[in-house]
Amino acid sequence: MTGTNAAPTELAIHRGGARRMGFFTDTSVCIGCKACEVACKQWNDLPADGSQFKKGGSYDHTGDLSASTWRHVRFVELLEPSPPLQQEAISALPAIPPAGELPDLVAMAEGVGSKWLFMSDVCKHCTNAGCLDACPTGALIRTEHQTVVLQADVCNGCGYCVPACPFGVVDRDPIDGRAGKCTLCYDRLEDGLEPACAKACPTDSIQFGPYEELVAQAERRVAELHGRGIDGAYLYGAADEPEHELAGGLGAFFLLTEPPERYGLPAEAESPIQENLLAATAAAVGAGLLAAAGAALSFTIARRRGR
Amino acid sequence: MAEAHPVGFRWVMKAKERGARIINVDPRYSRTSEIADHHVHIRAGTDIAFLGGLIHHVLETESYFREYVVNYTNASTIINENFKDTEDLGGLFSGFDPDTGMYDRSSWMYEGGEMASAAGVREHASQAFEEQTGAGMHGGKMHRDDTLEHPRCVLQILRRHFGRYTPEMVQRICGISAEDFHAVAKALIENSGRERTTAFCYAVGWTQHTAGVQMIRTAAILQLLLGNIGRPGGGIMALRGHASIQGSTDIPTLYDLLPGYLHMPRAGEQELDLKSYIDTGGATRGWWSNFDKYIVSFLKAWFGDAATEDNGYGFEAIPRISGNHSHFATTMRMLDGGVEGLFVMGQNPAVGSQHAGLQRRALAKLKWLVVRDLAEIETATFWRDSPEVQSGELRPEEIQTEVFLMPAAAHVEKEGCFTNTQRLVQFRDKALEPPGDARSELWFMHHLAKRVKAHYAGSTRKRDWPLVNLRWDYPELGEIREPDVEAVMKEINGYEVASGRLVSGFTELRSDGSTACGCWIYSGIFADGVNQARRRNPGDIRKEGGHVSPEWAWAWPANRRVLYNRASADPQGRPWSERKKYVWWDDAKRRWTGYDVPDFPAEKPPDYRASDDAEGMDAINGDDPFMMMADGRGWLYSPSGLLDGPLPTHYEPIESPVHNLLYPSVGADPTGIRWRRPENPLHATGDPRYPIVATTFRLTEHHTAGGMSRTLPWLGELQPEMFAEIDPVLARERGIEDGGWMTIVTERAEIEARALVTERMRPLRVDGKPVHQVGLPWHWGYAGGYPGDSTNDLGAMSGDPNVSIQESKAFTCDVRAGRRRGPSTERLKGVVATAPRVAPNEDDRAAELPKEVGH
Repeated sequence: MTGTNAAPTELAIHRGGARRMGFFTDTSVCIGCKACEVACKQWNDLPADGSQFKKGGSYDHTGDLSASTWRHVRFVELLEPSPPLQQEAISALPAIPPAGELPDLVAMAEGVGSKWLFMSDVCKHCTNAGCLDACPTGALIRTEHQTVVLQADVCNGCGYCVPACPFGVVDRDPIDGRAGKCTLCYDRLEDGLEPACAKACPTDSIQFGPYEELVAQAERRVAELHGRGIDGAYLYGAADEPEHELAGGLGAFFLLTEPPERYGLPAEAESPIQENLLAATAAAVGAGLLAAAGAALSFTIARRRGR
Repeated sequence: MAEAHPVGFRWVMKAKERGARIINVDPRYSRTSEIADHHVHIRAGTDIAFLGGLIHHVLETESYFREYVVNYTNASTIINENFKDTEDLGGLFSGFDPDTGMYDRSSWMYEGGEMASAAGVREHASQAFEEQTGAGMHGGKMHRDDTLEHPRCVLQILRRHFGRYTPEMVQRICGISAEDFHAVAKALIENSGRERTTAFCYAVGWTQHTAGVQMIRTAAILQLLLGNIGRPGGGIMALRGHASIQGSTDIPTLYDLLPGYLHMPRAGEQELDLKSYIDTGGATRGWWSNFDKYIVSFLKAWFGDAATEDNGYGFEAIPRISGNHSHFATTMRMLDGGVEGLFVMGQNPAVGSQHAGLQRRALAKLKWLVVRDLAEIETATFWRDSPEVQSGELRPEEIQTEVFLMPAAAHVEKEGCFTNTQRLVQFRDKALEPPGDARSELWFMHHLAKRVKAHYAGSTRKRDWPLVNLRWDYPELGEIREPDVEAVMKEINGYEVASGRLVSGFTELRSDGSTACGCWIYSGIFADGVNQARRRNPGDIRKEGGHVSPEWAWAWPANRRVLYNRASADPQGRPWSERKKYVWWDDAKRRWTGYDVPDFPAEKPPDYRASDDAEGMDAINGDDPFMMMADGRGWLYSPSGLLDGPLPTHYEPIESPVHNLLYPSVGADPTGIRWRRPENPLHATGDPRYPIVATTFRLTEHHTAGGMSRTLPWLGELQPEMFAEIDPVLARERGIEDGGWMTIVTERAEIEARALVTERMRPLRVDGKPVHQVGLPWHWGYAGGYPGDSTNDLGAMSGDPNVSIQESKAFTCDVRAGRRRGPSTERLKGVVATAPRVAPNEDDRAAELPKEVGH
């Protein structure tokens, strides 16, 4: 990655002929089967995360992307509580509906598009990758496919990448200490194979391929859905105007049908260093000048004392 | 389907992308419902009322495909005047005997037709096969009225039978709004006919009821009326509950079948020798006139040279059934001390079968138990870890059952065929050797049989003849001496005895002992010496008919992909439409042709008319597509074949919170098997202690009772704990919190689960009153890395009269907040009798307890 968006700290592999590769995750054909989550765990030999029923997660009990979950399926039950139940939530004591009286749950559900959202979340392999910018050891690198890969053997577990990711993707393993995230199956790409999740997905919700082709395909898909009356369909992380780009554009982008917050995604995102590039540089330069001035001053004082 | 068959669902998604409309009818809103264009909530167990309502609507609006119905179904056939319908008798058909709880079905016959003699009472679930196909109908000419107006013609009987299944009645019984009902009806009608076809897919949500078989029948009637059977994009697909379970009924593990759906001979009936078996099983008309070729070839495969014409090809050596030996009947017998030993292979009844507490107590009565599985499943550890041990009811030191746990090879560690629901047989190679002592089923049965044969070698006792003479010479390969699975396939395919030449199909089989064939419907799977099931050529989908993919694996029978595809052409042999072209008559070549193997004699022209005395296939006209039936027609009305009625009737599940609105004096299926014993307490209809409808379901993340999935952390973590889905109103009423604990209670057990309070579950307005349903996944048990309570502890044992399948999809319960108070099955502690009631070799009939009828 070169050009104005590349942060000074970015380490990249340059190999001629390689193209930018990415994911297009089309939530409109996802059936929430979690084959992607399991295929990823199996290929990367990642440990299971836990064994507890997570309240409020619907069918999702692995909770989040983490050091040991690199593909994660989110479930959002969208049906709003009916007015009578909402009323009860507000008032002090919950009222039990009298026998025979039902809130009209049928009517309540009408007008809601999808009722249950399924979305396979993954590392976004950002153009401006916060984790990459923050990493002090060079564990995080930009590959020849423009993907962002974390080399576990270099990682020292400092955890700087964790808060730098605006999507909450990368995390440190609590036992191992090191960070981990999706590599877009870098090892499989080396052998000309598609990533494990894309291969396992039975409905081709996860599509893999050259980035520009994916974007073109995704734009056609959005147009098709609009044509069918699904007006809420849009791309998250691709084909945005420059001033609205998420982290410079996402290598792994999505087709969504509800506002991003419903999926636990931020409406806006950027690598912290990119956001604050001027201010950070100014602060760094200023600090450097101040330090130099301070050093010069102390020399001057010492010399005067020394005479 | 998205939940239980996610990979197969790929094709539904593709169809949807091409404009197909998906309608999902389910008590719950599942992952399939999200993808569907239309989801209809239904009260569990009321599908006959709903489908019957659709039939009523189609008949009254005359929206049926008339030309198809008149020519291809028995709509015009006139029924005997002694027949009385449920509308005449308040919910019963003519011929019901309240003392036995069974029907004398002679009044259901066609006018002019005669039933095969069926002297005496038939025990449940060992229905004579000939009755299922009408093969037993002899003599006489059927009377028909092609104007469909005769008051006793099937169509008019159908109209009267479903006369009160109005949309208003559907709303009252099923809780389905008139709006939803009409939306579904409209979609079905508009998408059926010459230009379009509609397919139905169902799974155990239809089968696991006392009226399960009749539920499927109702869909079959509807599909015949709409002209969807035997046509591309039409039909009814049964989604099975387990990989290759289709194969397990084809090459059977069912007690009442021989391979290829030949029936097991029965003791004490007119089937003591081969000739009488053929006389009752074969037919004078239709395809089953070939019956003798299949049974003789089968016997030659089993007994080889020892099977000769003189000894009836060894027919008399085949064991006979003497009653209902299905799973639950056997469980009851086990409980009574009448079974010494059991092999449990790839099954887990301790948590996977209905009334699991009873299953476990029955296991404790065995002398020995062999469990073959991938992990130490609950059936193998019942003696140590079950709720009955926890409650002190059973004590490990007192349980006499010796348990042998044998490791099984996983599906990538063995080679062989899987048979899919659409009869597609796909051969798979082995990827790696099984670890340690793990072995395939084939290895186990082969080597076990060898040892048993060695034990009986040289015996001259008549009873040992089948073991001594069983032909068992499969080659063994490799270090672990795995039997050559292709040798088994070749035997199943069939061959000429003298030369060993493999036959290319069942039309080459003979009844004179010159051919052998392990399973006639699979004949052709090794045609030309090629393993046809191994082929993986999808073909070119862009070609006309390319979507049929005849070179992808192999389908029985004869690689035919759509059964009864003669019905895809009109009576003159022309496709119903260009768009739905599939198989048609080529007049120039004087043959049937098309995209698939025609399901009809290749050279029989459409205008062929059988003479009155014609026999065998000669009795089938050129426009009778359903040639497995003696009259060549699709049966809207079944004069024989089912024990509980020629037509499906709305009966309530045995346990229901509401009375039968159509037939209050009958309630549930009167011929349903109830096993009234103290160990099997049932809830009365409308019992106020159990007002909630319970229904079971599956999740994508787990498989059956979790033996294969809760032992694998990558799957276990996806759904780590037992939970129940409950609607917010009921949760509020009972003080149950989302994510908190709840307990589900029946007379059999109480189990605890995490509460998933969700709007996807809805109370329904049934006859104006609210009825709540809870959804219970059944993937948990006390073994494995992610244990949880077993839903199957809750249900009682009951059975569909035709096939003995349990009613697990609709029963009643109550729910309360909090965890359970003690071990789940404690409430039946002390109820289960300990003293044996029947000896292992004692005749079944003596042990059979009287059934009660009605609700």
